[in-house]
Amino acid sequence: MSRVNDFAFKIATANGTGSASANGLIMQAIFRMGVPVTGKNVFPSNIQGLPTWYEIRVNKNGYTARTPHFDLMVALNAATYPQDVAEVRPGGYLMFDSSWPLDDKLKRPDVTYLGVPLAEMCNAQFKGVRERILMKNIAYAGALAALIGMDTAIIAQLTREKYAAKQALLDSNAKAIAIGYDYARAHFECPLPIHLEKMDATRDSILIDGNTAAALGAVYAGATVGAWYPITPATSVMEAFKSFCMQFRRDPVTKQKKFAILQAEDELAALGMVVGASWAGARAFTPTAGPGISLMSEFIGLAYYAEIPAVIVDVQRTGPSTGMPTRTQQGDLLLCAYASHGDTRHICLYPADPTEAFEFAAKAFDLAERFQTPTFLVTDLDIGMNDWMVPKLQWDDSYRPDRGKVLSAEELEQAKNFWRYYDHDGDGIPQRSLPGVHPKGAFFTRGSGHNKYGAYTENAAEYQEVLDRIARKVQGATKAVPGPVIIQTPGATMGLVTVGGCHAACVEAMDLLAQEGIKVNYLRVRGFPFGDEVRQFLEQHEVNFIVEQNRDAQLRSLLMLDLGVHIERLHSVRYYAGFPMSAHHVISGVKAKLEKVA
Amino acid sequence: MTYIAKPNVHHPSLKANAIGLTRRDYEGAITTLCAGCGHDSITAAIIQAFWELSIPPHKVAKLSGIGCSSKTPAYFLLEAHGFNSVHGRMPAVATGANAANGDLIMIGVSGDGDSLSIGLGQLCHAIRRNVNMAYILENNGVYGLTKGQFSASADVGSTAKKGEANAMEPIDGVLMALTLGATFVARSFSGDKHQLVPILKAAITHKGFAFVDIISPCVTFNDHEGSTKSYAYTREHKVEVVQTDLVPIRDEITTDYAEGTVQSVMLHDGSWVKLRKIAGDYDATDRDAAYGYIRDYQKKGEVVTGLLYLSANSKDIHDQNDTVDAPLYNLPYDQLCPGNDALQKLMTQFR
Repeated sequence: MSRVNDFAFKIATANGTGSASANGLIMQAIFRMGVPVTGKNVFPSNIQGLPTWYEIRVNKNGYTARTPHFDLMVALNAATYPQDVAEVRPGGYLMFDSSWPLDDKLKRPDVTYLGVPLAEMCNAQFKGVRERILMKNIAYAGALAALIGMDTAIIAQLTREKYAAKQALLDSNAKAIAIGYDYARAHFECPLPIHLEKMDATRDSILIDGNTAAALGAVYAGATVGAWYPITPATSVMEAFKSFCMQFRRDPVTKQKKFAILQAEDELAALGMVVGASWAGARAFTPTAGPGISLMSEFIGLAYYAEIPAVIVDVQRTGPSTGMPTRTQQGDLLLCAYASHGDTRHICLYPADPTEAFEFAAKAFDLAERFQTPTFLVTDLDIGMNDWMVPKLQWDDSYRPDRGKVLSAEELEQAKNFWRYYDHDGDGIPQRSLPGVHPKGAFFTRGSGHNKYGAYTENAAEYQEVLDRIARKVQGATKAVPGPVIIQTPGATMGLVTVGGCHAACVEAMDLLAQEGIKVNYLRVRGFPFGDEVRQFLEQHEVNFIVEQNRDAQLRSLLMLDLGVHIERLHSVRYYAGFPMSAHHVISGVKAKLEKVA
Repeated sequence: MTYIAKPNVHHPSLKANAIGLTRRDYEGAITTLCAGCGHDSITAAIIQAFWELSIPPHKVAKLSGIGCSSKTPAYFLLEAHGFNSVHGRMPAVATGANAANGDLIMIGVSGDGDSLSIGLGQLCHAIRRNVNMAYILENNGVYGLTKGQFSASADVGSTAKKGEANAMEPIDGVLMALTLGATFVARSFSGDKHQLVPILKAAITHKGFAFVDIISPCVTFNDHEGSTKSYAYTREHKVEVVQTDLVPIRDEITTDYAEGTVQSVMLHDGSWVKLRKIAGDYDATDRDAAYGYIRDYQKKGEVVTGLLYLSANSKDIHDQNDTVDAPLYNLPYDQLCPGNDALQKLMTQFR
């Protein structure tokens, strides 16, 4: 079997040693060779010195899911040697720093060992501890380039682009790459059987992470207020928003900002600021992760009941509690759908990749303002922080924000009455007024019981009338959220259902299962509340496999709760240990269920 | 319960302000607080202050948290948007609203439970950010709505209605605000309208976070002997060190003051705050001296009142962030969206 442009390798280093830039360089060089590539950064919750890995998958068919099988291990961290050696696929390769001998216990007969004396060569060529460490981590990129047949001209071009303004850095990087490259060429048969050949499959694509894409979505949607509290893995959303706003959102003459970023004292305050800003009429958002959603629950309930828009980006990480902040999971599906005390139900959007993170982020503002309610963009660490190969983002210039039913000063002037929570149009969506606009629009926003006119009430019927209307309003969002992605397979009788970033693993698993004669129809939910299409799909199949990344089958619970579909139709396939879902997990889960059913 | 509409009957002889409105136009719903509550006197002073400043009521946003004090924004400025938010979190809501629309004239009303216990952190950070608002802390030393528990402002040794004495050190909002760099710090008494109204006018006009702590006795749970937040105790122990006058920009300065007895501070809009010294050695522009002065009197069991500190160089949240003058909430969309051409150019950086 040809392993050209179809293999995976993993690089094991310690964090804070500059390996991130080498890994980025390798990814980008492969991408520029026109070969589909994805990278998964497996990093510690730490700044310097702890083990970190970077996984790169090259796949000519464009499969982007993580694979747990590695053909080549670049083992540069002695602290993790045993684990790294164990993860190499039989018949695979292990490159290590041969400046020090490798313990015999780490030798596997089914693995080819490639020793490169990186430290020794870099110590000879570079001065200073820091530079020696940094350049060692560039040198391995050079060795890899030789081993897997990367285009050296592209690497040289990339380093020139990166260090255009820093000649000294450019020189030492070029030298370090040459050290590794030349050694590998001189000592091994290059390239290895697993190697790259130029393709033309990335011309219209980019490499981008979902947090950057979501931030761009917020910029393009016209968000002006961002409030946040730093938290992994959501921090880079606001950092990217800030950097794009500094680029695109400053007055050309005065350089004054057409945006406000508020770094709050905690997540409670962050959402409070979003609620205040939205109440005053701005498009406002906050990026956070699960622990932040827990803290925001009080304000989420207020925004739901007082009907104030709010966009909340939840970049999910493993829970419960602090969990593993640098690992991925889909553990907040139920939390986001029903956050806060009392009866609530929230609009959620579930992107599968950075493209959808961009599009849905913009969409979230429209939905939040149209339905006057908190709206969640539910992504995860894998989508948010890893580089994905996706088509270039596109923006429709005819787009205009849907600001919802906000009455202008003129409309208020002409209106006979302004009743804040009155269902004028029969769609459950009341009219809004903004502070400072017109005396007739004034009313008292409150989280306490209120009637349809916006006045305080403790009257049973008046209270219930408003609560029931809000339920109708949110139900109406089923038609406005992005519909499910459905792939029908001729002859299939079973359903494969998933959410978010599991998409890549599921579509790959579908193809592989089909090769074994197991045919499935596919559905990926993209918005909550779910609509009729999702119900029909589930009811169309006696057996539906529900694939997700959490212990408690939260998507399955949501499907049952929201659509009333019977649990016997919904077979749960889960992987939730912190790595992104792989096709392997889906296939083994499906097969296990099939054996059980048989 | 703020649903009782107040009959809007205008007496023909009511005096109109510069924009033709009478005090009635600044009132709200009928109060539902206990008869004699200090908070109602503060509400009356707020109404008076806005009327005297001739501010169109609908340009104001009035915000609060939860508690007796936080109900009061319903009792003034019926034509202003109000926001009764969640307990202790009004500062965050106000911060967001101010960021979105810097043109709003904002007043926040809070209590000692709302501000000094559950919302202490938010208050501190709103002070640090210098959110442009008047922040009124109606301070009675107890939780009223939950019937008489001590709050964080209760003094050591002051007793609850049933006789239990407070053992913990109080949090003093004024000292805290001074420490955190507040640009406007005042303390007053709900029973002294003469002192309170000018302070409120200056607080509303001040650009930045104007912190006004007002001793406001709780007639039901904390107005007994043994309380240090009662009418009797406060009347007896309050020491006014400085008297405030706000001279709006449009008014000619006509007041005569004896030389050396007045400190003048110009506000951002060109109006002047005149501080008439009652205690001859008090300097309301010296943060450290103000702190020491208040502490010294506290040791003697006395409460220093007046506009205690005012910074002439206040940089509010918009100055700090360097935002455009126009309110962010209604900037035209074409100024906010870079468009697809810019996006395609940007895409080249991701290859």
